[in-house]
Amino acid sequence: MYRLERRATPSSTMSVVSPILAAVGMLITGFLLFSALGKDPLEGFYLFFIKPLSTSYGLSELLLKTTPLLLCGLGLALGFRANVWNIGAEGQLTMGAIAGGGVALWFGDSDSSFAMPLMLLAGVLGGMAWAAIPAFLRTRFNTNEILVTLMLVYIAQLVLSWLVHGPWRDPEGQNYPQSQGFGDAETMDVLISGTRVTWGIVYALGLAVVAWVFSQKTFAGFRMQVAGLAPAAAAYAGFSEKRNIWIALLLCGGAAGLAGICEVAGPIGRMQQEISPGYGFAAIIVAWIGRLHPIGVVFGALLMSLLYLGGESAQMGMGLPSAITGMFQGLLLFYLLGADLFINFRLRRVTPKPATSAPTATATVGKAA
Amino acid sequence: MEETKPRLVLTGITKRYPSVVANDGVSLSVRPGEIHAVLGENGAGKSTLMKVIYGVTKPDAGTLMWNGQYETIVAPSQARRMGIGMVFQHFSLFETLTVWENISLALDEPIPTAQLAAQITEVSEKYGLPIDPYRLVHSMSVGERQRVEIVRCLLQEPKLLIMDEPTSVLTPQAVLVLFKTLKRLASEGCSILYISHKLDEIRALCDSATVLRGGRVSGTAIPRNETNESLARMMIGGELAECHLTPRETAEVRLDVDHLSLASPDPFGTSLKDITLQVRSGEILGIAGVSGNGQKELMAALSGERLSKGAMIKLLGTPCGNLNPAQRRALGMTFVPEERLGRGAVPPMSLASNALLTGARKGMVQNGLIHPSVMKTFSKSVIERFRVKCGDEQSVASSLSGGNLQKFIVGRETMLAPKMMIVAQPTWGVDVGAAQLIRQALIDLRDQGVALLVISEELDELFTISDRLAVIAEGRLSPSVKPAETSIEQIGTWMSGKFGDKAGPAAGSANMPMEAAHV
Repeated sequence: MYRLERRATPSSTMSVVSPILAAVGMLITGFLLFSALGKDPLEGFYLFFIKPLSTSYGLSELLLKTTPLLLCGLGLALGFRANVWNIGAEGQLTMGAIAGGGVALWFGDSDSSFAMPLMLLAGVLGGMAWAAIPAFLRTRFNTNEILVTLMLVYIAQLVLSWLVHGPWRDPEGQNYPQSQGFGDAETMDVLISGTRVTWGIVYALGLAVVAWVFSQKTFAGFRMQVAGLAPAAAAYAGFSEKRNIWIALLLCGGAAGLAGICEVAGPIGRMQQEISPGYGFAAIIVAWIGRLHPIGVVFGALLMSLLYLGGESAQMGMGLPSAITGMFQGLLLFYLLGADLFINFRLRRVTPKPATSAPTATATVGKAA
Repeated sequence: MEETKPRLVLTGITKRYPSVVANDGVSLSVRPGEIHAVLGENGAGKSTLMKVIYGVTKPDAGTLMWNGQYETIVAPSQARRMGIGMVFQHFSLFETLTVWENISLALDEPIPTAQLAAQITEVSEKYGLPIDPYRLVHSMSVGERQRVEIVRCLLQEPKLLIMDEPTSVLTPQAVLVLFKTLKRLASEGCSILYISHKLDEIRALCDSATVLRGGRVSGTAIPRNETNESLARMMIGGELAECHLTPRETAEVRLDVDHLSLASPDPFGTSLKDITLQVRSGEILGIAGVSGNGQKELMAALSGERLSKGAMIKLLGTPCGNLNPAQRRALGMTFVPEERLGRGAVPPMSLASNALLTGARKGMVQNGLIHPSVMKTFSKSVIERFRVKCGDEQSVASSLSGGNLQKFIVGRETMLAPKMMIVAQPTWGVDVGAAQLIRQALIDLRDQGVALLVISEELDELFTISDRLAVIAEGRLSPSVKPAETSIEQIGTWMSGKFGDKAGPAAGSANMPMEAAHV
């Protein structure tokens, strides 16, 4: 018989091993699932995890999808560490795309060298503005930021839908809900020719370094962490809870907004109804897989990006439904949360002992004394 | 009494937790009608032992014999059916319900309201614990709430009543009433296990005592035949050290609280009413009171976690009632809160990081960047000077014992060189050695000219370390007196809300006289 027992101190080994266990659990379940569907599991795994990485084009696509996941994941991780549960990065990403895309459409085909910097700035500010709404409501009216950020996702998507069906629709676009393509100056330069990877990945990696310095080396980062770990201690030390909430939401909103504009000004190249296959939501898993640590989030984003590519590859190669991507993402989070239990608890083998039953009592007492 | 068979016999009870052995081969025996003390410092394993008897905790080894039969008690409901009742240190009453509703919730079989109310009245009067069954619990004082807990147990006609530190929430006068009740119960044949670390009480009340130290039985005694010193030696394994307060001239007023009134945000909290006090350089003002009478609220108002009007609190002449804790620290205040883990320290962070929690101004932060070397030096010197037992400054706060963490927090706040220091419950749950060191540190600060305000529920402690004493009751503050010019009795009367000033016990008149009436 085994018993779950609280550890005296959280295990630092388990917090590193837990994501690996989660990946193994995901693979085993995937194996069973492929078998149950009558598909060859090994072929499935090959299509899912190896094939996307076997070509340089595949690798470039990996970096491309990593960009928004990493940007959103970094922002979310900073907030989660501070006990600010923003789950609406998808909405902030959308608003960043709208704000930055709006600037791009205003510039039209102009080749002004101000266009791109202003678009990026507008993207960041758009995401921040969207995140400022839950920050204001939480600090002013004590609303729950989980609900508010989530609901604002759908509002942002409907705003985008209205724009591309209405004012921004390309008059020569045969009624497709999309804008004109952005001009050359309004499209991000490709980092490696022959691929779709843009400068976005450089911004994202740079932000990972900045986030690392912020969370590990600055007093502002320390204050946010204290607020997350022990809110009463933060109040005692005089760290403002309101400032903490504002910083957490604005940072994440800005990063998600940057992700949004990098998508529409990069691989998409115009405004359209669908700009993200749920990057903002997947980034929640990225943040947890990365242990809310900026460097960990980089690896989490790469893994999640691989799941997107693998899902597409498995759809094409084996005729599996598109839900396969979401299913693997869900499995990964499910197993991660399960494995995380063992950071604070351990299994201990309990031998059924006669201690509490009377007849054999004398023996036990002798031992105890 | 020699002829009667023991009612309860524990043999070799052992309970291990991941980081500590709470009970290690503990044995004791209680006869019918005996008041048996379980004596020990905080953390000696008294509460764990009682939880084992009451079926809350399962022991890892050992046996329990009840009326000559081996029993395994797996749940409190089973313990109650067997005739074991327990009054916990922290009450489990619903404040929005009435007395009879609370009691009926704990009954295993329902009794009609009128009948239950009659029973409550009957039992409570029989044992000298009058309570009105139809009163709402939130309107009752802590002493009265304890009566509800006791009456709830008595209704089940227990054969064994466990009382866990019952007097920590009572005024000295109310303690006498409680003792009368317990003696009456014992004379009717009920056994009582009385848990405490207060030596005088045990010598006055108990027939026999089992002393615990570090989870083991360190001795048994007939308390009447012992002195406080001999009991203390068994309890702590050494002599009780003394603190001495040498009289000293005070200087300028450091903290000036002027007619501070502050409504509590919690509907069942205590609002502060018209509190006026001054603390001067080089003196310790002690604030006594039964817990829940506004101590937490006063601490929050002084520390800045709750804001008031600026001029209501002045620090060195600067109005600071509207400043947050960080701004008050910048003016030279430091604080030791009542809760160590989670408020005074961040549990999963290292001691070095916990130094940064309040020490940012000591050069640990420059241009917004953290300087780990300064943190390290500072926390090392705190650990060394206050003899904090821990691995090193990288040990996480939650791995320290309560006493050691408290030494670290007091040390940290001391070494920030305050002009005014506010301390709540400095030695609550701290072992005697650490308590001694902490009290001496506070006195040393006073001798260096720091002004100190100490809020404590331990009267002995306040009489030892205070230059002046005041009492907080129902959110109002009594006048202050020198300990030499007052008595435990007078402070006890004040603790029930009677200080005879113009504010009068208006709010307390409903419940207060009952406690005082039995003096």
